[in-house]
Amino acid sequence: MTAAPTEVSPVRITRWTRTSRFGTPAVTLIFVIMFALPFMTALSNVRSVTDLLIFIILGSMWNLMAGYGGMESVGQQAYIGLGAYGFVVLADQLGVDIFVAVLLAGLVAGVIAFLISFVAFRLVGGYFAIGTWVIAEIVKLIITQFPSLGLGSGISLYAMSSFDRDLRIAVSYWIALGVTMLALITCVLLVRSGFGLGLTAVRDDPTAAATSGVDVNRAKRLVFVVSGIGTGIAGAIITISTLRVQPDSLFSVQWSVLMIFMVVIGGVGTIEGPIIGAIIFWGLREALADYGSLYLILLGVVAIVFALFFRGGIWGLVQKRRRFSVFPIGYSASFGAAEQVDPERMTGPSGRREPG
Amino acid sequence: MTLEVNDLSAGYGQLTALRNISFSVEAGEILAIIGANGAGKSTLLKTIAGQLRALTGSVVLDGDDVTADSASARARRGILMVPEGRRLFPSLTVKENLQLGMSTGRKGDWNLDTVCELFPLVAERLNRRAGQMSGGEQQATAIARALVGNPEVIMLDEISLGLAPAIVVEFYDRLGEITKRGTAVLLVEQDVKRALSVADQVHCLLEGQTSLAGRDLDFAEIAVAYFGTGHR
Amino acid sequence: MNLLDAVFQGLMLGGLYAIFAAGLSLIFGVMKIVSLSYGAFGVMAAFLALHFTEATGWSAVLSLLVVVPLMAAFGWALQRFVLQRTLGGSALPSILVTFGIAIIIENVLLITESADQKRMSLGWIDTAALELGVIRLGVYPLGLFIFSLLLFGILSLVIARTQFGRAVRAISEDAPTVELLGIRPKTIYAWAGAIALALAAIGGVASGIQTSFSPTSGGMLLIFAFEAVIIGGIGSLWGTFAGALVLGVAQTVGANFFPSQGILIGHVVFLIFLAFMPQGLSGRVRRS
Repeated sequence: MTAAPTEVSPVRITRWTRTSRFGTPAVTLIFVIMFALPFMTALSNVRSVTDLLIFIILGSMWNLMAGYGGMESVGQQAYIGLGAYGFVVLADQLGVDIFVAVLLAGLVAGVIAFLISFVAFRLVGGYFAIGTWVIAEIVKLIITQFPSLGLGSGISLYAMSSFDRDLRIAVSYWIALGVTMLALITCVLLVRSGFGLGLTAVRDDPTAAATSGVDVNRAKRLVFVVSGIGTGIAGAIITISTLRVQPDSLFSVQWSVLMIFMVVIGGVGTIEGPIIGAIIFWGLREALADYGSLYLILLGVVAIVFALFFRGGIWGLVQKRRRFSVFPIGYSASFGAAEQVDPERMTGPSGRREPG
Repeated sequence: MTLEVNDLSAGYGQLTALRNISFSVEAGEILAIIGANGAGKSTLLKTIAGQLRALTGSVVLDGDDVTADSASARARRGILMVPEGRRLFPSLTVKENLQLGMSTGRKGDWNLDTVCELFPLVAERLNRRAGQMSGGEQQATAIARALVGNPEVIMLDEISLGLAPAIVVEFYDRLGEITKRGTAVLLVEQDVKRALSVADQVHCLLEGQTSLAGRDLDFAEIAVAYFGTGHR
Repeated sequence: MNLLDAVFQGLMLGGLYAIFAAGLSLIFGVMKIVSLSYGAFGVMAAFLALHFTEATGWSAVLSLLVVVPLMAAFGWALQRFVLQRTLGGSALPSILVTFGIAIIIENVLLITESADQKRMSLGWIDTAALELGVIRLGVYPLGLFIFSLLLFGILSLVIARTQFGRAVRAISEDAPTVELLGIRPKTIYAWAGAIALALAAIGGVASGIQTSFSPTSGGMLLIFAFEAVIIGGIGSLWGTFAGALVLGVAQTVGANFFPSQGILIGHVVFLIFLAFMPQGLSGRVRRS
């Protein structure tokens, strides 16, 4: 071939796509508005939305581990409990300021997650799932040994007694809101980074990832620990709301039920999925809470149907036509200064390029 | 007994690896399928065996269309394959592998005793775990496992791969024992000379399509068809 | 002196765990499905047996004649029509589906039964015991241990000597090639599912006679069975038996030294095996 090389204008790749240019500012705006919520509505509603935020945190943390890290844990309740107990010990017994205590409680959970990972990583897949459940039981049994931690009946939180009830509800709401934003930003940053790319590789095929130079264990461990920290912080927030640490409830596998179902129904492996799942779960709970077991059965059936037939969850169904991304984790290429090529607009279902 | 392949196409995902293949084999005949790596030889066998779904065309055994049948159904009809890489069950003994081969439920001349006569290698190692044997021993066991199912058509996918020439010769010498009982043989082989020495028919594949087919072909024609010349 | 007695109690307890773990070992080893619903199935069988004995006045042991076939049929259908779809690829669908099934069973039971503890009785056998010096062997636990040994013996023979057993072992190594031999994998999986649930049923009923149970007992049953399989080594039937014995002894001897902490000690022993001997007692390293 002796033809002269043609001029190629430089390509710029950015992580912002058409929808995320719109979506991310929209979400940010929503969060800003939400800060004003306690002034806009009754406190019982604020309480309710706090629960939604806790669900979003839990869901996105589980999704980080399972959807991006390929580790499906049924034992995250261990970190909810650890975060809760950690918070009470820090705030009550060590007199730490509550805002700091919330974050430190997460750190405590994270340290334990780090230690646990060395044993848990001996297992994969379904074995890992049950193994983490067993480990959560062990954590509960160990913690309830200590009289200073209230043994089997748990302990009460006194650090919030300086706040009157209304202020407490508002404060726990704001903390939850802040942590939710932090959690989502963490997810976006992790996924965007080269680290995130390595993670996806690990999830899809650990052996291939390892031979490509990804430090598989380090990547998995980091995600496991980050997830533990986030879950622990959620546990601390729950304690602020309930004012009491109850081991049977905090270490219950029902929390894992919640996390798994949210992520599966919303869409595993996406950042938007857990948010959708949390909203749905929260909505169902508001509507059907009185029905107790019946509601859980319904949840079980829905989860099974999704797991069998709609593996991508609701967000997966939405994405079937076009790949949306509310957050800047997609890809779009622009050539030179002129035309911006956006994969979202390029290919319809038939794969043809559509006129921009 | 006739096996007919009509206009068969198959592929993996978006890649069509096999296009419009047609041939037919009679009882006791040996059809050699040759071609370069990636030409589609193994794909063809897998599609006939039922491991791969046909995109177009049909596989007809004795007038019955088996194209919609599962691999296990086809095996029970008598279409048996000795897969590439032998695929023995490593933790099971040779004898157990053979016993599983009898799952086709088909009656015929072949049973544990007669395949052991044909392959003394196998007879001596009945209680050895299949994973602990040499290549030649494994290949013999794999062929025996298929024979024990009393096939109408036995498909051999690259049986000479990785084996010493002396052992390969022994396998080829035994093909006569298989065909004289009326079984047809589809033989995928890289070694063209070897294949030609036993084949009644030759079918040459190039990039998924038939480049040459027939009987009594001369070597020069085959070389052209095997490699292709860029002129189409 | 108590220690010797504790060891024997532990061995017999292990016999019970072994029955339960056998089915799980089969599911793990053969179908590569990690069934989180296994414990719930055991509890379900226990309640079925309970109602059967209340309705007919027959002994709980006889109820097995009805409960086991019922559960086996249920297991066959579940595997054939639901779990079969989760095979292959990622583990997430099977985790989700089996977890979902566990939640459904547990909550259905919570609705239809009360939440308190139940227990089935075999009359005088409950408290009968053989005294051998310092060792007190309860008649029921001892009988259960012997039954467990027999059960494992039969299972072992089936796996080793029958065509079905060979097919099961072959499928766990290479399912596509099994098809080439004329065997329908779906049928094998379905029957394996039936056997697994039959074993869960036996284990559940046996457990329901020995200790109390309630709709939420499934979790602990699953955990003990799982620990037994891991300690023994995934993929080995007799390994699972040994693992169950180790777990039982760990729990009872542990309770001997640290009263009411038996279960925790059992968990710790499990963790130690997981950390330092992940391939288990049988030493077979199995990829999950």
